[in-house]
Amino acid sequence: MATMTSVPETSRKPLSGAYGKATRTRRGRKMRDNLTGYAFLIGAIFCFALFSWFPMIRGIVMSFQHTKRGVTSWVGFDNYVRIVQDPSFWTAWKNTAYFTVLALVFGYVLPFVVAILLNELRHAKGYLRILVYLPVILPPASALFLFKYYAYDPSDAGLFNAILKFLHLPTSEWMQSPGMTMPAMVLASTWMNMGSAVLVYLAALQNIPGELYEAAELDGAGLLRRIWNVTIPQTRLILALLAMLQIVATMQVFIEPLILANGAGTQDSATTVAYLIYQHGFFQNDLNGAAALGVIMLLVLAAFSAVYVRLTTKQD
Amino acid sequence: MSVPQYRKVAALALVAGLGFSLTACSTKSDDDTSKSAGGKTVITVDCQPDGSQKDLLKNWNDDVAAFEKENPDVTIKSVSVGQQCDNPPDFTARLTGGTMTDVFYGYMTDLQQVLDSGQAMDISQYVSKDTIPTWDSVDPALKAVFTDDNKVYAVPTKNYSMGLLYNKTLFTKAGLDVANPPKTWADVRAAAKKISALGGGVAGYSEYSAGNTGGWHFTAELYSQGGQILSADNKKADFNNAQGKQVLQNLKDMRYGDNSMGSRQLLQWGDLLTNAAGGKVGMFVGAPDATTAIVQTFQGKYDEWAMAPLPGQDGAAKGTLGGGEGYFFRKDLTPEQVKAGLKWIAFEKLTPGKGQFDYARAKPQNQPVGLPQPLLFANGSDAQKQEVDLRKANQNLPTENFALFEATPVPIKGEPANAQAIYAVLDSAMSGVLTNPNANIDELLKTAETKTNQLLASNK
Repeated sequence: MATMTSVPETSRKPLSGAYGKATRTRRGRKMRDNLTGYAFLIGAIFCFALFSWFPMIRGIVMSFQHTKRGVTSWVGFDNYVRIVQDPSFWTAWKNTAYFTVLALVFGYVLPFVVAILLNELRHAKGYLRILVYLPVILPPASALFLFKYYAYDPSDAGLFNAILKFLHLPTSEWMQSPGMTMPAMVLASTWMNMGSAVLVYLAALQNIPGELYEAAELDGAGLLRRIWNVTIPQTRLILALLAMLQIVATMQVFIEPLILANGAGTQDSATTVAYLIYQHGFFQNDLNGAAALGVIMLLVLAAFSAVYVRLTTKQD
Repeated sequence: MSVPQYRKVAALALVAGLGFSLTACSTKSDDDTSKSAGGKTVITVDCQPDGSQKDLLKNWNDDVAAFEKENPDVTIKSVSVGQQCDNPPDFTARLTGGTMTDVFYGYMTDLQQVLDSGQAMDISQYVSKDTIPTWDSVDPALKAVFTDDNKVYAVPTKNYSMGLLYNKTLFTKAGLDVANPPKTWADVRAAAKKISALGGGVAGYSEYSAGNTGGWHFTAELYSQGGQILSADNKKADFNNAQGKQVLQNLKDMRYGDNSMGSRQLLQWGDLLTNAAGGKVGMFVGAPDATTAIVQTFQGKYDEWAMAPLPGQDGAAKGTLGGGEGYFFRKDLTPEQVKAGLKWIAFEKLTPGKGQFDYARAKPQNQPVGLPQPLLFANGSDAQKQEVDLRKANQNLPTENFALFEATPVPIKGEPANAQAIYAVLDSAMSGVLTNPNANIDELLKTAETKTNQLLASNK
């Protein structure tokens, strides 16, 4: 075996005088070898620095400043105190959490179920995959306008209301009804985004060795049992990863309230944290307050990410 | 070439390319040439009509050419920022990003945020009869709107006051007298009920409640009740009172008491005007040029629309909202650029017979001529007389539809300080009564008051 015949690293070290020189030479060669890699990295690093890290740092700095008449001064935590005292602050967090939970229940579970169903199909798999993925190709704004003007029209002429009426079920005012705002946003968002998740799940499902299912079947496991004991454990890492990405993405929900609810919606029922940041920054001429709220959001999302990293590291 | 060498060359090319791009980015954007080129003064000006407004764009470009011919030492570089030259979030983004043109368009409500951005130039020493020949005729009240601490920061180029626009066709169908439009909010309610009874998805009365426009109209309707948005010292909200409650109660009564406002709410500017152009709106509060948008952007008809003064609660309105727009100047301009900018604005916006007042050109293009707007010049001034004469000589729309509005002036009140931010807050109160049958008006106003006071405190 390789480990038995290989020479230990320490025994290959040259003797004293030549040691330093050899190390330097090796390091130099390593550097030269990797130079190409570093050169290619520069582009990515530059883009990250310019478009991600710099705005982030600038945002953090701005959150401790106040600008008036072109003069910027340091104000400590004033912006944070002010933003927390905004009557919409807790509403926005509550709405965001509600959206995230709903999106997790529907937008996370549904693609997994659809992927399992697609994976089980013997025929028309390709066509159905395309069908599921089609909404992802639509620009989000266009898809949301479709929902806004055709599906969620509060009159009986609206698509969903027409269907509900046909089924003799009570109709809804959709985005105009405070109670329906978030579920309606989640529905549109799930329809728009589930295609990508379905494809990822499908890829993961297809990597599960068929023998595992055969063994389970021989042991008398039914469909649900096979999903519970084979599919879920085998796709655990992908499930965890997508859950994390889903949480981080849905907590930044912005375009849905902006288009579907024309902003804050009925009595702030559509105000999310990201929309509140936008409102402070671009409607209230309060970029410093917006930056403070952005930093708070960053911390919350970082905490989620840390929990995820910890959990997945433990599992690995 | 071996693979590693090939890679090295590719990497070197990449680094060199990036280096060049960085250099290009860091190069100062031809600052000097933008101020003067070949001995000419160069200025950039925004709000050029966009490609979809063919006649207006041609007029603008022709005007630029004519101006440059008259002033061979000046070059105008036009920039289009969309049909709505000041969409608040876009405007704020451009202002914050420092990408405004040398001479830039803004609403009267933008003065504070332009000053806060530190980008506006005090043009007091430049603006006079020498640079703008009609300056002495410009309504002093409009000049005051763009003046802060005795310093002039912008030149007004348009103003408006609000009234009640109504669809004559729907009025007639509903058995209402087109010559006798509603005078009070009770009349509006009764008429809206009759118009909505026509069915077909027609809203008797329609109202905004999103995109800052809800707050804008709340303000106009509060003025009609005799109220005000802020206390006299601009330090506190002053709408959580009987007048504010009455505004919301009127709307709630029409929306849920009579179901006369249609089912679609959370409307903003384009939504309402699209419905109006489609013959689905009986009445709405607006300025005269709302009809221009209805006709030119949303394919409605001038003949259908008439305008009355804003209704009051028990009699005539106690006030109406006046607003408008103007052009600011970037603070880093040279004196030559400021003078060139002022000359251009004088040419395009403040000279009877030219630019926006070239009614002889506008008439055959079916641009509206005859609207009681913009009322830029003071009553009795020379410029006003010329402008009115030209307007009458070229009118191409039924001016009698606006006669009542013109003949019944209502005291005009300007927009409050920090208007756009306050309008955003008040949208919530408006959407509350228009989408929730159980909305608690007291609570809505209380919340809006708290937010407004906080906003004012943070803007100190």
